[in-house]
Amino acid sequence: MSSDTTGSAPLGTSTTAGNPTRAGDPTRAGDLAEAGASWCDRCGTPADEGDHTACRAARQLEPPRYCGHCRRRMKVQVLPVGWAAVCVEHGETRA
Amino acid sequence: MPEILDQARTQVLENGVGLDEAGVLAVLNLPDEHLPAALQLAHEVRMRWCGPEVEVEGIVSLKTGGCPEDCHFCSQSGLFTSPVRAVWLDIPSLVEAAKQTAKTGATEFCIVAAVRGPDDRLMRQLREGVAAIQAEVDIQVAASVGMLTQEQVDELVEMGVHRYNHNLETCRSYFPNVVTTHSWEERWETLRMVRESGMEVCCGGILGLGETVEQRAEFAAQLAELDPHEVPLNFLNPRPGTPLGDRSVVEGKDALRAIAAFRLAMPRTILRYAGGRELTLGDLGTRSGLLGGINAVIVGNYLTTLGRPATTDLELLQDLKMPVKALSATL
Repeated sequence: MSSDTTGSAPLGTSTTAGNPTRAGDPTRAGDLAEAGASWCDRCGTPADEGDHTACRAARQLEPPRYCGHCRRRMKVQVLPVGWAAVCVEHGETRA
Repeated sequence: MPEILDQARTQVLENGVGLDEAGVLAVLNLPDEHLPAALQLAHEVRMRWCGPEVEVEGIVSLKTGGCPEDCHFCSQSGLFTSPVRAVWLDIPSLVEAAKQTAKTGATEFCIVAAVRGPDDRLMRQLREGVAAIQAEVDIQVAASVGMLTQEQVDELVEMGVHRYNHNLETCRSYFPNVVTTHSWEERWETLRMVRESGMEVCCGGILGLGETVEQRAEFAAQLAELDPHEVPLNFLNPRPGTPLGDRSVVEGKDALRAIAAFRLAMPRTILRYAGGRELTLGDLGTRSGLLGGINAVIVGNYLTTLGRPATTDLELLQDLKMPVKALSATL
């Protein structure tokens, strides 16, 4: 019984597929107010609907899971220092 | 002074014999006004039997998500609607993570994979990764890749993995409420093989899964019976999409009571702060735990969530005059 590796891919190198990468432009944890973000990067619902106070608080101790631009679930690698999140459409974000 | 603390002072502090299940339960049931005394005694026990040093460790996920098991607390199970996607870490990034960890002064670096047990691909990746780290980074390598066969245990020893983590997670009686895809006994069997191999055994669990106080005491007693080299103590961080996603976090005082009780059950073990302490204890509680029986920390981030900056923990240790264990002391 081995692991399910569906959709897995190496992370850690800069991804430039799709739109230009945002590597080197770290998103501060807890900051949902990224320019142009339409979706909450924690819960994946519209950023301007509902109360995302809890999401903002949780993001202090969590990486983003959804792309703020398109709501796609991202591949996220947490590292001892920082994290890297890749949206197949909008590229990589690191912090 | 409650009778159990008087008993523990003689039995645990002076003679180094851990409390049994009934004794642990008595500590877990101490009223709030006796909590400082319990923590003070646990701290004395830690200092007497382990010393002032604190073992610092970093962890990283080699293979994240897509796990076929159903551990109800885990966001990496492929059976739940968690937002965590499957991803593999490449070897250069793994080595870089080990370097980042070593820079904090850590002596341990644990490579973790979300799997039932390792398949050939994972074992190859692990072999390559451990060798690359050993070639470039001065740090001890531990691993946590699920349930093992005897052949895999032998292979890990041959790779030079010095400590193996495999958490029992909770007590035997409550385990079926938390995991249904494998048994507590299967986990115990892996731990038995690891112990016999000569690798150090790292085994702990998570508090706050819905277990009773009695089951918490049962868990401490079962861990004491296993007598692991290290016990990582996690506090549930409820993850969205998991069956335990709506549970409340453990109350800070209950967490501290548990730290004291587990130390009094296992006077000589490395008792490590692991995940969830930021939510459950905050800054003040973290300090109290380090003065109440804890003698090891995971610094930096966890597998899918973030921790405090390593510098924050290291400054706290400096403030508490607790030296970080040096690599030379572990060899």
